[in-house]
Amino acid sequence: MTREVLSGNYAQAYAVRLARARVISAYPITPQTTIVEKLSEFVASGELDARFVEVESEHSALQVVVSAAGLGARTYTATSSQGLLLMHELLHWASGMRAPIVMGVVNRAVAPPWNIGADHTDTIAQRDTGWLQFYPESNQEVLDTVLEAYRLAESPEVRLPAMVNEDAFYLSHTYEPVDVPTPEIVDRFLPPRESHAVLRPGVAARLGSFTGPDHYVEFRHELARATEAVGKRLPEVEEEYRRFTGRSHGGAFPTYRAEGADAVLVTMGTTSTTARTVVDEMRAEGLKVGLAKLRMFRPFPDDAVRELAGSVDRLGVVDRSYTFGPAGAAATEVRAAIYPTPHHPLVAGFLAGVGGRDVTPAHVRRMFEELLGNPGEATRWEDLLPAEVGAHG
Amino acid sequence: MAKLTIPAEEWMYRGHAACPGCGPALAMRLLLKGLGPRTVMSIPACCWTVIGTPYPTTALGIALLDNPIESTGASIAGLRAALDALRIEDVRVVGFAGDGGTADIGLQALSGMLERRTDAIFVMYDNEGYMNTGVQRSSATPQGAWTTTTPVEGPRRGKREAKKEIMSIVLAHHPAYAATVNPAFPEDFVRKAEKARDARGPRFLHALTPCPPGWKFSSEETIELGRLATETGLFPLYEVEDGVYRITRRLGTLKPVDEYVRLQGRFRHWEPEDVRELSEEVRRGWERLLRLERETAPAVFPKPPVAIAAA
Repeated sequence: MTREVLSGNYAQAYAVRLARARVISAYPITPQTTIVEKLSEFVASGELDARFVEVESEHSALQVVVSAAGLGARTYTATSSQGLLLMHELLHWASGMRAPIVMGVVNRAVAPPWNIGADHTDTIAQRDTGWLQFYPESNQEVLDTVLEAYRLAESPEVRLPAMVNEDAFYLSHTYEPVDVPTPEIVDRFLPPRESHAVLRPGVAARLGSFTGPDHYVEFRHELARATEAVGKRLPEVEEEYRRFTGRSHGGAFPTYRAEGADAVLVTMGTTSTTARTVVDEMRAEGLKVGLAKLRMFRPFPDDAVRELAGSVDRLGVVDRSYTFGPAGAAATEVRAAIYPTPHHPLVAGFLAGVGGRDVTPAHVRRMFEELLGNPGEATRWEDLLPAEVGAHG
Repeated sequence: MAKLTIPAEEWMYRGHAACPGCGPALAMRLLLKGLGPRTVMSIPACCWTVIGTPYPTTALGIALLDNPIESTGASIAGLRAALDALRIEDVRVVGFAGDGGTADIGLQALSGMLERRTDAIFVMYDNEGYMNTGVQRSSATPQGAWTTTTPVEGPRRGKREAKKEIMSIVLAHHPAYAATVNPAFPEDFVRKAEKARDARGPRFLHALTPCPPGWKFSSEETIELGRLATETGLFPLYEVEDGVYRITRRLGTLKPVDEYVRLQGRFRHWEPEDVRELSEEVRRGWERLLRLERETAPAVFPKPPVAIAAA
């Protein structure tokens, strides 16, 4: 193990090098670009034995890795925002073809107006495409999650693609010390991809194909079963990773000081780090607050959310995206998850940090205070400018 | 008996789902005879999605991957990258796309693949329209042709615009090899497929593949129509290697285009004036091709070749 000072994007690139991805393809977009710049260097210098295909669009980037995965190669691509939206059609192809691609997504706001700040709208809008989605909060977690994502995605019972997301700039361009495991360790944790269910030259077979209702239903059902398998497989992968590196990140829905809490805030990505310090401050003041991090949004960790909901009366869910639904995307999922359970805590929805607006400790404290008061269940835009400043109409 | 130049082995099997007289089915059959079984193919949404037969069957004796309609160029780039990365040698990578998946929605990925000098073959089987969706206009539909979206109704007389010149677009990328092929000339077709098989870098084949339901002709006339397309000069057979043009089927006098036109219901509304205009256009195209062949012919005292970076 070595300790390096890495940006989130470099942590992602270092992980891909350690994973020995064989085919990489990408198209430039801010703030993702430094991931593939670094990977281009690794490939050019021979540190990474891979083919790097410099395509003419994100759509083609994802097609390149989908097809390469079809022949059994371990693959990687990365994008942000508009690029991810352009990939939308291919996202379905990747999961439908059971291609265990890992993709880094640097979460960036969606235009118009143009904005390159952190915002989860890009990935949340892809929640129904069959990809696993992780929202790490630190550069260390980015590196570890990329490696775990490969192991998980390539598991025979899963074989689904995975996104490892980074909040734009808060992670992508911010440098932190990161423990980088040795190649020997990673090779033991993540052996070369097993080439089952892939095309072989010289063997007549068809990957993709077409079918009517006579088989299509079963293909979708297989996808559902694979998605369900993630919940069981993730803790195993985390435990294997912990054995090799001494680190794990608490599975899909880790909690912090949530035991006996009156109110728990559910966060994603870097807001979690900010919220954790606020929990400590408020706990020191005698206020019983806690935190739960939605580390994996897809598949949604229903069971873990239900377990938490059974022991707490007030949940606040923070979404860093506005998605036109009945509430924020995560708030809606949390409510749906707990609906079948006998104990229904109040679930308040907060929108904060949209478009890269900084989510400060003061914002988080106010959300906790509102949650401890009587917030109701209507979605609150937590960090709007005062009307006289923010009016654009 | 003359020696057969076409391999006897079949890599396209009986039981495929093509219409009777399907030009694209003939093109696939001949292509695979030239390429052989060490071929990995990517096919976008097109007639061949269906012709290839549904899960769990396949009509082709090769490894086949489906891709969405616009990304064939990228798909074959990914297949090539994986083969190289995994050190799997002696495999041909082929994209087999219709004219829409090549010249319309597929043009960007095709251009990207050509520009990156991807070591793969891109075949456009040109049935001059979106036939799998029920005969709609594409940029490869000829001027004046009826389709369901270019009706012959009131003042409207089929497609208003000229057919897109895909070969010119492809040749602007300086491919390693490009050729026109026609299933009505099987020896020429297979020879060019073999040449494409043995070349390295980006290769392109433009196959004219008549479509009985789309062009409105009788399914036993596919070969006759294909022959006329070439013999009238409308679809000349030629190849371009490192910029040098070579006509592979010499024509003395061009046959009248009227023979080609009148076999097809999609031109039924044509007046003698339309035929005269097409004749004129075909003559100009043929003369241009002859000129290109002359101009690009290797000099008697060869100059050093202009190097084109290989992939």
